[in-house]
Amino acid sequence: MRKLTACLLIMLVLVLTAGIFACSQPAPAPAPAPAPAPAPASGPQYPLHDPLVRFKIATTTSLYDTGLWYHLEPIFEELANVEMDIVYAGTGIALEYGRRGDVDAIIVHDRAREDEFIAEGYGINRRNFAYNFFLIAGPSNDPAGITGLTAAEAFQKIYDEGMNDPDTVKFVSRGDDSGTHAKEKLIWGEVGFDYEDVRNSGEWYVEAGKGMGPTLLMANEMQAYVLADISTFLAYNLKTGLKIESLVEKDPIFLNVYAAIAINPETHPKAKIEIANQFINWLISQEVQEIIDTYGTAEYGSSLFYPIATCDIPGCPPEEDYTKPVP
Amino acid sequence: MIELWNGLLKAIELIVTLDPEVMEIAGRSLRISVTSALLASVICVPLASLIHFHQFRGKRFLINLIQTLYSVPTVAIGLFVFLFISRAGPLGGLGLLFTPAAIVIGQMVLVTPILLGLVISALRGVDITLIDTARSLGASVFQTSLVVLREARFAVMAAVIMAFGRAISEVGISLMIGGNIRGYTRVITTAISLETSKGDLELSIALGIILISIALVVNIALNRIQQR
Repeated sequence: MRKLTACLLIMLVLVLTAGIFACSQPAPAPAPAPAPAPAPASGPQYPLHDPLVRFKIATTTSLYDTGLWYHLEPIFEELANVEMDIVYAGTGIALEYGRRGDVDAIIVHDRAREDEFIAEGYGINRRNFAYNFFLIAGPSNDPAGITGLTAAEAFQKIYDEGMNDPDTVKFVSRGDDSGTHAKEKLIWGEVGFDYEDVRNSGEWYVEAGKGMGPTLLMANEMQAYVLADISTFLAYNLKTGLKIESLVEKDPIFLNVYAAIAINPETHPKAKIEIANQFINWLISQEVQEIIDTYGTAEYGSSLFYPIATCDIPGCPPEEDYTKPVP
Repeated sequence: MIELWNGLLKAIELIVTLDPEVMEIAGRSLRISVTSALLASVICVPLASLIHFHQFRGKRFLINLIQTLYSVPTVAIGLFVFLFISRAGPLGGLGLLFTPAAIVIGQMVLVTPILLGLVISALRGVDITLIDTARSLGASVFQTSLVVLREARFAVMAAVIMAFGRAISEVGISLMIGGNIRGYTRVITTAISLETSKGDLELSIALGIILISIALVVNIALNRIQQR
C-alpha cells in the first residue's frame, strides 16, 4: 500500500511540475489567434439570463467560423434578456430546422431558397443585414492558370485542366447543400454545365460534405481550388496559415448577401416571434451595422463583413430589404 | 507528431489552470453521461432480470435482437431520436431538441441494448445450483433474482461501467440532438469534433486526454464499488 501511495505521489508531483513548466513556457506551435476565435484560455463568462427563455437560431457555417456570433451573442442576450442558442448548420439543414420549427430564426445566404422558404409559409420578416464576397482560392503556383479570370472562365479552366490532369488540379466543393454550395452550382450553371455532370465527371472534383472552415482546411491539405467566402478565408489564413491563395476575386457573381428570417408563428405557434423580430431589428440597427463594419479590421487589415447599406453593385437587395424594421 | 506532445502539455495546462470553458464542458460531459448510464441501469437491470428469469416464446430472438443493437451507429440513434423530439415530431411539444436532457435520452437509448445484453450474460454466468438452492429454501422469484444479481454483481457492474464508457465517448447523438451549443450542450466529444474541424489539433488532443482522465477517475470510483 505504501508503495502504491508513493507511486501516486510521485506521479502527482510530476504532473504538477509539468503543468507549471507548460504554463510558463511561451506557447510552442501557432497559438490560437486573438479574438474572434474563441480560444478557451480566455473563457467568456456565461451570465445566465432568463434561463427559461431560450432563443434558438441556426446560422450558416461561414458566419460562425469567423467568430462573429461569439462577438454578437452576449450583446443580444444582455439586450433582450434571453439565452441565445446558436446551432451551427449549413444553409440546407438550417432551412430544414426552420421548416420543422426547431429554431426561432435562421441566418442563411441563398436568395433562391430563402424565397422558396418564405413562399411556403415557413418564414417571415426577412431582412438582409450584411454582405461580403466569395473568392476562388488555390495553390500559389496556380496549375490551372486561373489568376485574374472571371468566375465563369476560372471554373471552365479548372474543369478542363482537372479532367486533363486530376492529380495536379483538384477542386474541393462544400458538397453539403449550403449557401456557398448553391453559389458554386450557380457558377457552374453560368459556365453552361449541368451540375450533376460536373459532380460525376472525375476525380478532380472532391465533395467535402463539411462546413466552410473544414472545407478550406481540406483544400489546403490537397492544394486544391476552392470557392470560399472572403471572411472565413481570411480568418483561417490568420489562424492556421493557409498555403492556398486568393486567385479570383472581382466578379459580380461573387456577391454574398446574408439574410435573417424569423420562423412563422402561424406554421409553428411555439416559435418565439417577438424575440425573433427584436433580433432582426437589432441586426439591421445602427449599432450592429457599425460592429459589422469594423469586425476584424484589427486582425485582418480589412473588415470581414460589410454593412448592408454600403452594397452598391448589381444584385444588391433593395433598400427596404434592410431598412424597414419588422413589426 | 509533435502535436501529441503539445497536446499533452496543453491538457495539463488546462487542468492545472482550471480553464473555465474546459471545466464547464468537462462537467457537462460527466453529468450527462453519468445521468444516462445511471438512469438506464436502473431501468435495464430489473428488465434484464425479468427477461432472463422468465421463459417465453421469442426469448432467444429477443436476446439476439438486443445483441444486434450493440452495433447501431450513434448518428443513426441521434437521427432516430431527432425525428421524435423535433418540433415536427410526435414529442415535439416538449421542446427537448438541443437541450442536455435530449442528449441524456439519446444516450439512454444507446446504452440500453448494451446493458440488457451484458446483464443477461452476467446472470447466465451464475451457477444454476444457486437458483435451485434458493428456490428450495422457499425464496420467491423476486428474492431469487436478487440473490442471483448479487452473485453476478461483478459482471453487472462491468456492464454499467461499459455503458458509461459508451455514453461519454459518443459524438453522433450529442451532435445531432444536442446541437453543440456553446455554453449549453457542448460536451467534450463535440468540442473535439469542432476544434479538429477548425484545425486546432492540440486543443482537440488535450480535450481527448481530459476525457480519458475523467473516465479514469470514474472507473476508479466504480471499481471500488465493484470490489466490495
